[in-house]
Amino acid sequence: MPDFDPLFFAEVLVGGLLAGVMYSLVAIGFVLIYKTSRVLNFAQGSMVLLAALTFVSLLERGVPFWASLLLALAAMVLLGLAIERTVLRPLVNKPPITLFMATLGLSYVIEGVAQLVWGTQVHGLDLGIDDKPFEVGGILISKFDLVAAGIAAAMVALLTGFFRYTRIGLAFRAAADDQFAAFAVGLRLTRIWATAWVAAGVVALVAGLLWGARLGVQFSLSFVVLKALPVLVLGGFDSIIGAIVGGLIIGAGEKLSEVYIGPFFGGGIESWFAYVIALVFLLVRPAGLFGQQLVESA
Amino acid sequence: MNASASRFPRWLSPVALLAVAYGVLPLVGSSYLFEAILTPFLALSLAAVGLNLLTGYAGQVSLGSAAFMAVGAFAAYNFNLRVHGLPLLASLVLAGLVATALGVVFGLPSLRLRGFYLAVSTLAAQFFVEWALTKFSWFSNNNPSGVIDAPSLRIFGFSFDSSIGRYLFALTIVVVLTGLAQRLVDTQTGHNFIAVRDNELAAKVIGVPVLRTKLLAFAISSFIIGVAGALWAFAYLRTVEPAGFNLDRSFQIVFIIIIGGLASIRGAFFGAALLAVFPLILSRVGSYLLGDRFDSGVLDMSQRLVLGSLIIFFLIAEPDGLVALWDRLKRRLLPMPNNP
Amino acid sequence: MSNLTAKSTPVSIVDRSTNKEVNRPIPVPSPTLRLESITLSFGGVKAVADFELTVDTGEIRAIIGPNGAGKSSLLNVISGFYRPQRGHVWIDGRKFAQVPTQQLARLGVARTFQNLALFKGLSVLENVVIGWAAVRHANFVEQIVGLGRARREREDALARAGEIIDFLDLNAVPDRLAGALPYGLQKRVELARALVARPKILLLDEPMAGMTVTEKQEMTRFVRAARDEFGTTVILIEHDIGIVMGLSDRVAVLDHGRKIADGSPAEVQANQAVIDAYLGVAHDDAPEEVYA
Repeated sequence: MPDFDPLFFAEVLVGGLLAGVMYSLVAIGFVLIYKTSRVLNFAQGSMVLLAALTFVSLLERGVPFWASLLLALAAMVLLGLAIERTVLRPLVNKPPITLFMATLGLSYVIEGVAQLVWGTQVHGLDLGIDDKPFEVGGILISKFDLVAAGIAAAMVALLTGFFRYTRIGLAFRAAADDQFAAFAVGLRLTRIWATAWVAAGVVALVAGLLWGARLGVQFSLSFVVLKALPVLVLGGFDSIIGAIVGGLIIGAGEKLSEVYIGPFFGGGIESWFAYVIALVFLLVRPAGLFGQQLVESA
Repeated sequence: MNASASRFPRWLSPVALLAVAYGVLPLVGSSYLFEAILTPFLALSLAAVGLNLLTGYAGQVSLGSAAFMAVGAFAAYNFNLRVHGLPLLASLVLAGLVATALGVVFGLPSLRLRGFYLAVSTLAAQFFVEWALTKFSWFSNNNPSGVIDAPSLRIFGFSFDSSIGRYLFALTIVVVLTGLAQRLVDTQTGHNFIAVRDNELAAKVIGVPVLRTKLLAFAISSFIIGVAGALWAFAYLRTVEPAGFNLDRSFQIVFIIIIGGLASIRGAFFGAALLAVFPLILSRVGSYLLGDRFDSGVLDMSQRLVLGSLIIFFLIAEPDGLVALWDRLKRRLLPMPNNP
Repeated sequence: MSNLTAKSTPVSIVDRSTNKEVNRPIPVPSPTLRLESITLSFGGVKAVADFELTVDTGEIRAIIGPNGAGKSSLLNVISGFYRPQRGHVWIDGRKFAQVPTQQLARLGVARTFQNLALFKGLSVLENVVIGWAAVRHANFVEQIVGLGRARREREDALARAGEIIDFLDLNAVPDRLAGALPYGLQKRVELARALVARPKILLLDEPMAGMTVTEKQEMTRFVRAARDEFGTTVILIEHDIGIVMGLSDRVAVLDHGRKIADGSPAEVQANQAVIDAYLGVAHDDAPEEVYA
């Protein structure tokens, strides 16, 4: 193993933290839905894919940037409403694991439809942010990663404020706490869920654009969901702050372990190390760092 | 769970099926039928039986079953390759035991985790195994891409290397293990599985050994899934790489048990039949309707679309799966003598 | 292991050797179950404060109180779901800071649950049989083969289940899925499952909740029969005051986590603190005893 270079370590760490922010972006979409309806939406990754594909395909067909963005946004809104109506409403009283399986099926449907409509080729995506690394204190940081982090931070601030300070946000939290009570108090659960899914769709669009610009828009984009799950496990399924902190820990942990532990195993441990971190964590704290501890009643 | 009283004795259907499977099909079936439809169907069914024991009966969600299939396949390959004179059946059993050991290890989290959290932890098994089998070429006898070739199938001096032979080989193993699984489900242990699924706390209070029951579910299920993986490699594909046991495969097994019917041994077969057959139908229909535009990419995506829709449909309309549909159909078509 | 303690009431008897009257202490059996200074809090909220309870063998002991008074928490403490911040649970002379739930059956304790905890995927018979699970020692291989020890245990369990099914009048439904039965019958199946192991102590969490008058009468009869025929000690949480007063030997009253009365039904009903907190304004005539 090479001599420990603090600058290199810092560079890997920062790179990891910023990569982690990208994970958090996807995780936030999960949290929105879980917070309001206790559903773990496995289809979030496919929503990211659909959003990115729609945007990029429109762009390639000559539709101007902002029009493409708006149309993609509209598509995600429609998707959210459709999902609530056709999948969620019929399954409303079923146990959460049933709903999880339904989102599994949903992810297949969305992936299939997205690529049947727009095709299966890979698309490049240029958002106008060039990825030139620049130097800060001797370590190289990617400009793109920084912009992504900034956008994520803005989204978190918006959403946290939304949940805490608006009436709709309050309704969201009530629905998450106790569906039955929320219903009894007069909150329109279907409207809340639809809003949550639409919001998740918007988050998926933002994540799709950033991830697509980084990795290219292709089928494997939907696999970001697999990176978001350990993040959620760490941060708690219902906490936005948890999604950020979890993302940072997973991102940094992954990159650092790849560089410093990976060589002992021949490399490539990134594919599963995040899960190991999450697993070890779960055994110590089964509800995540910020998640709500469920009290089990007999 | 319990079949309603029927005017035919309970053993009639299984015996009839076995008669057809052993006696009729080998005489009339084409090698395409055996190689492309029946043998994969059998391997997938067995994997689904295993997963159903764990997820359907014992309520422990696992999204990593393909990893255990992979372990079974690669372990069987290595035992057969490296231990001279070891009978093929012994390799299979040992492979199953290796899968069992791994299953118990990755099942330990179930002692503390439930629902989604458990599902996520089973994904750890999925990714870790895929990586390990690809990374360490020892598992594939130093093949650069991790590919293994199935050995010749010789048991008690008989060769099972033709397409009919491989079919019969798989059939027999599946029949034996399925029979044992069906027996298990009717014992107190099987009922303990259901108790832990339905109300773990009450089970604990009564004195059902919850921890042991969960680990046993993982152990038995992993054994069966491991053997299924070995069958998949040895009897069906004959050439296997770790990527063939990816997350999609795990999801496929989950879909089989949902569509077929959770907590039902028969359900595994119904679900596997549907999943083995519909891609072929889809491919025929697709090329008929769309002609040249129906390339492999379109086929793949249509399959995803149809599969996902089927899952959602079953979860909404018939959560007890094809088995329940079948039982209802039977009751309607064959009314009881005293119950028209 | 002796259940006898030195604590006792002296009794006057004739000593045969001297033909004189003497005072001798008759040993009194110590209680089957005792809650000693139980204090239970959930994140700052005190559910139960400094609660004492003794339950003698063969007694039917009720715990009553307004909603939220902490009654279910007490049963959950006895079941080992919660560890009280202070205090101990004594079961059959053994002292526990937290009762080990997995050992409850071996300690001779069984319980029912307020929200029904039947195994919906099993039939009535299978639900009752599994109540005997703690004593099944054959492993799964033996059970699959179905001979020897496994077979004996199975036949034993079926026989015992049959007895309890008879006892609780469930003969019409043993093969039906437990989840498919009407509510009243489900409650009875849960009781059957609890009784099949002939527990020493039976905890009943609102056994009459949601039942019709007829069902309540039947359930009362069964509970009393369980005590009379099997000698089971019963601890019961219930809201129906008429039932409680008619069925119980002693009643403890909880209010806001504290015990405000403890004694025979008559004593408790006359207790002013209980009336103020729970029973309402006292009438001149005693409450009707509908359920004798």
